[in-house]
Amino acid sequence: MTKQIHLAAHFPGVNNTTVWADPESRSQIDFASFEHLAATAERGTFDFFFLAEGLRLREVKGRIHDLDVVGRPESLTVLSALAAVTTHLGLAATVNSTFNEPYELAKRIATLDHLSGGRAAWNVVTSWDAFTGENFRRGGYLDKADRYVRAQESLRIVRKLWDSWADDDLVLDQEAGVFAREGTGAFADEGAHFGIRGRFGLPPSPQGRPVVIQAGDSDQGRDFAASGADVIFSRHGSFAAGQTFYKDVKDRLAKYGRTEESLKIMPAVTVVVADTDAEAVEKARHIREQQVSGPTAIVLAELIWGRDLSAYDPDGPLPTEDPVIGSNVTQGRAGFNDPASIIKEWREAADANGWSLRQTVINQQNRQTFIGSPETVATEMNRHVQENAADGFVLVPHLTPGGLDDFVDRVIPLLRERAVFRSEYAGTTLRSHLGLLQ
Amino acid sequence: MSRLITAIEIDGAGGHPGAWRGPEVDPGAILTGSLALRAVQRAEAAGIDIATFVDTLEAPVDEVSVRLDALGLAARIAPATSRIGLLPTITVTHTEPFHVQAQVATLDWVSSGRGGWVADVSTSTEAAAVIGRRDPAPAADLWREARYVVDVSRRLWDSWDDDAIIRDAPTGRFIDRDRLHYVNYESPTFTIKGPSIVPRPPQGHPLTAVRVNTPEALEAAGDAELVLLPGTENLAERVQAIRAAGQEPAGGGLRLLVSVAVLLDEDAATAHGRAEGGSFDYVGGVEGLAGLVREWQAAGVDGVHFRPASLELDVPVIAEKLLPLLGVTAADRPGTTLRNRLGLARPASRYAEEGAR
Repeated sequence: MTKQIHLAAHFPGVNNTTVWADPESRSQIDFASFEHLAATAERGTFDFFFLAEGLRLREVKGRIHDLDVVGRPESLTVLSALAAVTTHLGLAATVNSTFNEPYELAKRIATLDHLSGGRAAWNVVTSWDAFTGENFRRGGYLDKADRYVRAQESLRIVRKLWDSWADDDLVLDQEAGVFAREGTGAFADEGAHFGIRGRFGLPPSPQGRPVVIQAGDSDQGRDFAASGADVIFSRHGSFAAGQTFYKDVKDRLAKYGRTEESLKIMPAVTVVVADTDAEAVEKARHIREQQVSGPTAIVLAELIWGRDLSAYDPDGPLPTEDPVIGSNVTQGRAGFNDPASIIKEWREAADANGWSLRQTVINQQNRQTFIGSPETVATEMNRHVQENAADGFVLVPHLTPGGLDDFVDRVIPLLRERAVFRSEYAGTTLRSHLGLLQ
Repeated sequence: MSRLITAIEIDGAGGHPGAWRGPEVDPGAILTGSLALRAVQRAEAAGIDIATFVDTLEAPVDEVSVRLDALGLAARIAPATSRIGLLPTITVTHTEPFHVQAQVATLDWVSSGRGGWVADVSTSTEAAAVIGRRDPAPAADLWREARYVVDVSRRLWDSWDDDAIIRDAPTGRFIDRDRLHYVNYESPTFTIKGPSIVPRPPQGHPLTAVRVNTPEALEAAGDAELVLLPGTENLAERVQAIRAAGQEPAGGGLRLLVSVAVLLDEDAATAHGRAEGGSFDYVGGVEGLAGLVREWQAAGVDGVHFRPASLELDVPVIAEKLLPLLGVTAADRPGTTLRNRLGLARPASRYAEEGAR
C-alpha cells in the first residue's frame, strides 16, 4: 500500500544550520517570524510545527558561544500564541522532563491542546548535566544513567493525568448545575522520582490527549520511544541509516503490544531546491559556505578534537594533534562518540581533495539531505518513505522565517500530484493528521 | 486627577461561582478559551488597559472545576488583541524561577510589549502535593521567597543588553557576548547562573503585579509596579500604607488599583437575584458604581480592577455603559506597550548601566 508522507516544520535553531548573515534572514525572536513559518507550514498542509528548547546558552571554552544564533523564546508560550493564528497545524513543544515536574507539564501542554482544539504535541527531552542545572533550583541532581528512568516515569504520570477524566466526566449541565462529576481528575502516584497526589483540572481535549514525540537515539532511548512515543524525531536522514533505524525501532514495537502504524518515524532533514539539479548542488554549496565561516570551522573542529584550536588558520591544513577524549571544551550540546575515527576520515578526505580545514568541515559535516530540482526532491523523499527509511520528515530550514517557502511552493504540489501527501486537512486534530488513534 | 487606569479579571465564566449556568454562556467555551477571548476583546475595544487571568497551581475546587493555565490563555489571546495588557497569574512557590521569567519574557515578545504577570504564592497543601517536592510553608516565608523570584526575574530580563544581537558578518559574531551577563544569583532557597535564554523583552521589564489579599503579600507590594488591592474598606489608609512601603521600582512609579467584585444590572431585583451565592463589593447599576469609582480615586488609587460576576453579562456593561460614564475611551491611551499606556518608563538594563562592556 502506498504510504502517506508526514511533514513537520522545525523553527530554525541555535546552531550553524541556521544562516543569520544572509540578507533574507529575519529575527529569531519576533513573533512575526514564528507566524510566518507556521503560516507557510499550514499552507503546505504540514502535520505540525516544531519548536526546540533552550535552558542554558551554549558555551565554548568557558564563554557564551557567539557565532550562531543565540536566544529563543519559551516554547509553550509561543505555541499558545500560534494557536491563535493557525487552524489545523499541529503545535509541538520540546520541554525538558528533567527540569520540569509532571503536573506542570501535564497542565501546560493540556492547556495548549484545548486552546488549539486538539493540536498539541510534547517532545520529551532529557538532560542531566550540572551545566544546565546551574539555572535551576535542584542543580545537576540527576545521574546520566537515571535520565530515562525519570523521563519514562514523568511521561507515564503526565499521561495518567491526561487520562484522569473519563469521557463523560465533563457534564456541562447548566440546568442541573453540574459542571463536572464530583471528584473527577483525582490522581495519586508514587515512584522512584515522584510522589504526588491531587486533582487534575483539565478534561481530555478533542484529540483525547496530546501527541508524544521522542528523539532519543541510544538503545535506552529507542526503547523509551518504542514503549510510549507517537512520533520519533530521528537524526537518521540518509537512506541507508534511515532504513536501519526504522527497522530497529519498528521491530521493538511488538514487545510493547503496539502496531507499526502507531509510531511515526520522522528524521530531521534539510532540503535545497532549485530549478535544476545542477543549480541545486551549487546553491547547496553556497549555503554550506554560509553555514561554516572560518571561526565556525574552528569551533566545530574543537568540538571533535576536544581542545583549543584557536591558533589554527581555518584556511590552512587540519590540526595535527590527537583528540582529547571527554573534554569540556564546549558545553550545552551533544559531543561526538568516536572523534578519532571522524578525524581519520577528515584527514583522508582533506588529503585526497587538497581541502583546508574549513573546506573539510563544509564537505564532511551536515551536508543537506535532499538536494535537487523539485522533481528530484519529491521523488527522493517519496522513495525514503515508501521504502521504509522514514514515515515522513521534520524539515529544518536554514533561513528564518522564509526557509520553507520554496519547498511549499514547489515540492508540495508534486507530492500532492503523486497522491502521497494530503491536499487538504481531513481532520482538525494532530492525531488525525498523523493517522493515530484519538 | 490623573487618568483612571482600568483592569478586568478573567476567571472561568466570571467571578460568580454559578456564572457558567447562565443561558447566555456556552460552558464549553471556558475550555477553548473563546469565552475569555471575547471578554478581553470587548474590554480592549472599550479602552480597558489590562486583563488579569486567575490561576492557582492546583485545580480549582469551585463549581467550574477546570482551569486553563493562565499563561497559555494569555498567550493565546495576545495575537488576537493589540492594545490591552495581559497579566496571567503565575505562582512561584513550586515552580522554577528560570522558567517563570522566560515565560513572562516570551509573553512580552508575543504580545509586542503588552506582557506582565501577577506574581503569587502557593500556600495550600494541595498545591504542595501535586508537585511533591516541598512541604507547605507559611505565607510570610513564601512571599519572602517570591520577592527573590521577582528580583531575579528582573535581573534575568536585564541579562541581555538591548543591543546584544549585532549580526556582525565580518567577524562572524551573532551576538556581542560582552553584552550578555551572568546574574550569579543567590537567594536562601535557590541559585541561578544565567543569562536568560530569551533576549531582553520589548518592555525591558514586563509588568509585575501583586495582589495584596493577605498581610503577608503586603511586603511584596513594594516590589511590584502594579498593586491590586481587594476590597474597599479603609481604602485611603491602606493606599497610604502601600505607597509608604513602595520602593519606587526601576522605570518609576507604582500603580495602585482597587480590586472589586462587581455585578451590574440596572434592575435591582434582577441584580440581587443574580448575586445570590456570590460575594461582591458592588451590586447594582452603573451610575452607582461610577460614583464609587470617583470616591476610590479620591482615596488615592490610580484605577480600578473589576472582577465581573459574569464575563458574558457584566463585561459588556462595564465596557459600553460604565467606562463612558468614567470618561474612559479607547482613543485616549498613548503608546503601544503596556508601560507606555500606564506612563511607566522602560527601564534600562542594570548591567548595561554598570558599563560592563
